[in-house]
Amino acid sequence: MRSRPVSVTGVRSETPTQCTIVLDWEPEAQPGQFVMVWIPGVDEVPMGFSSIGPSAAITVQRMGDATEALCALDPGDRVGVRGPLGKGFELLEGKRCLLVGGGNGVAPLVPLAEALVAKGCRVYTAVGARTREELLFIDRLAGIAGPAPEVATDDGSEGHHGFVSNLALRLMDEFRPDVVYTCGPELMMRKVADACWERSIPFQASLERYMKCGIGLCDACACGRYLVCRDGPVLTGEHLRGVPDFGSFKRGPSGVKVPFAAPDGGGSIGIGLGSED
Amino acid sequence: MDGPDISVDLCGVLMENPVMLASGVLGETGPSLLEALEGGAGAVVTKSIGPSPREGNPNPTVVTLGDSLLNAMGLPNPGMEAYAEELEWLRQGSEAPVLASVFGTSPDEYAEVAARLAPLVDGIELNLSCPHAKGLGAEMGGDPAMLEQVVRAVVDVTDLPVLAKLTPNTGDIGALASAAERGGASGLVAVNTLRGMAVDVEMAAPALANTYGGLSGDALRPVGVRCVHEIAGMTSLPVVGVGGISNHIHALEYIMAGATAVQVGTAIRTDGPRILGRIATDLRDWLADHDHSSLADVRGILVRGGHR
Repeated sequence: MRSRPVSVTGVRSETPTQCTIVLDWEPEAQPGQFVMVWIPGVDEVPMGFSSIGPSAAITVQRMGDATEALCALDPGDRVGVRGPLGKGFELLEGKRCLLVGGGNGVAPLVPLAEALVAKGCRVYTAVGARTREELLFIDRLAGIAGPAPEVATDDGSEGHHGFVSNLALRLMDEFRPDVVYTCGPELMMRKVADACWERSIPFQASLERYMKCGIGLCDACACGRYLVCRDGPVLTGEHLRGVPDFGSFKRGPSGVKVPFAAPDGGGSIGIGLGSED
Repeated sequence: MDGPDISVDLCGVLMENPVMLASGVLGETGPSLLEALEGGAGAVVTKSIGPSPREGNPNPTVVTLGDSLLNAMGLPNPGMEAYAEELEWLRQGSEAPVLASVFGTSPDEYAEVAARLAPLVDGIELNLSCPHAKGLGAEMGGDPAMLEQVVRAVVDVTDLPVLAKLTPNTGDIGALASAAERGGASGLVAVNTLRGMAVDVEMAAPALANTYGGLSGDALRPVGVRCVHEIAGMTSLPVVGVGGISNHIHALEYIMAGATAVQVGTAIRTDGPRILGRIATDLRDWLADHDHSSLADVRGILVRGGHR
């Protein structure tokens, strides 16, 4: 499909580094799918949906030209959208679900939580960020039926002091979820994944890779034998078992391997396809 | 396998079937090459590799136009040293034929990359025709004298078969084919993408960040078939046909027009590299249905002088 123009109906700041762009667009999207958003003259970047419905929205972390340009948009401005693309989260019915989000990765978990509750699931959420100011969508998650979100901050300014992955491990043993959904920094997701594999809990993780074509041709977003644009961005624990890339390295725009840096006390900065390299 | 013989000897590269993964689609990593081979490709061609890492053009780099596609990736690749690791990984998992697609900014650079990758592959394909990377590819491959120099430089550094991939962005593809033959090429590949432009009228902007791109897919097929037919009639080198193939009938168009093998790229986007194996299977079935015992029965039947 070709990119088509949609109008921006609102832009609002969510945290000091994250903003939401609301679009005059009602895509038939599943939670976890993504869209290629084109800002002419700047870039075209993959973004996850933070809202699905009559006014779809994306929530981005300001970290480069494209995301800065998105946050600088005004109502009435237009962007190109190509999507929805990829495979989103598989929605289960009547299950105990634990959702683990770090940084901007919380964004796609909100429509997921709404959809799971609608399917009769009991939804627990664990949300992490570097600081309390950077915690994303705590209010929206608190408004969804189920226990209040559990919070972790790297600096201890709110909730559990430390990475959300550690909080998630505790919640896994407390809540005994049937399934875990996660989105955020890949090192965080890898810790969550290891814990799930250890406990034989199925999980789904939404991955982020540098993307170009978005339609399974160019191989830029390779993760092991998977293409994140075609087979993901949501991959399951079965997919990811034995994939050497997962939690270890991504590919740069040239295809070179770029190792994931060990968290510098900032294990929760990204990333739900709402950021960019 | 039962049924008509569709195996191919492409200037010494032995393939179980004539359907190859085209360069530029997948092939930036070892795992995607393996996926294409497991999907049934007779051989795979790598993404075009240069001497050092190259990020390519900014996005948007693709625009879909119905069953066709305009792209301006701009030759992204991790460089020959990093790419050698991808090929080493692949070689541990598969013995199927692999051609390395190579590009450079000078004959020496082409030769340097070809020599580096040669020990890891079964043949070299020269990208002499990328239409959307400044100073590379087509700007060299459109000039017969320069093309001949590049081919000769690469032939001098490897014993592997060297295939020259030609651009359709020329008034005389025959002159390019002759130049490649003089330079010592073992085979020809026709065609690369056709230079084009698409405009997003609502945005009043080119649809690609690079403005110009290369057209592939359905719309390219008649151009590719014509080019293969034109050069197959004037050279004794085997010709690989590429451009707009998404089923066995398309493949047969090229084969009847003189192609020894075919490559598939853009069609991968519909349901992945499994399409390569499906085209090969359907080709075999078609030959059986038409009482042919071998692909050779139909190859080149439209070329002057009949069967090739």
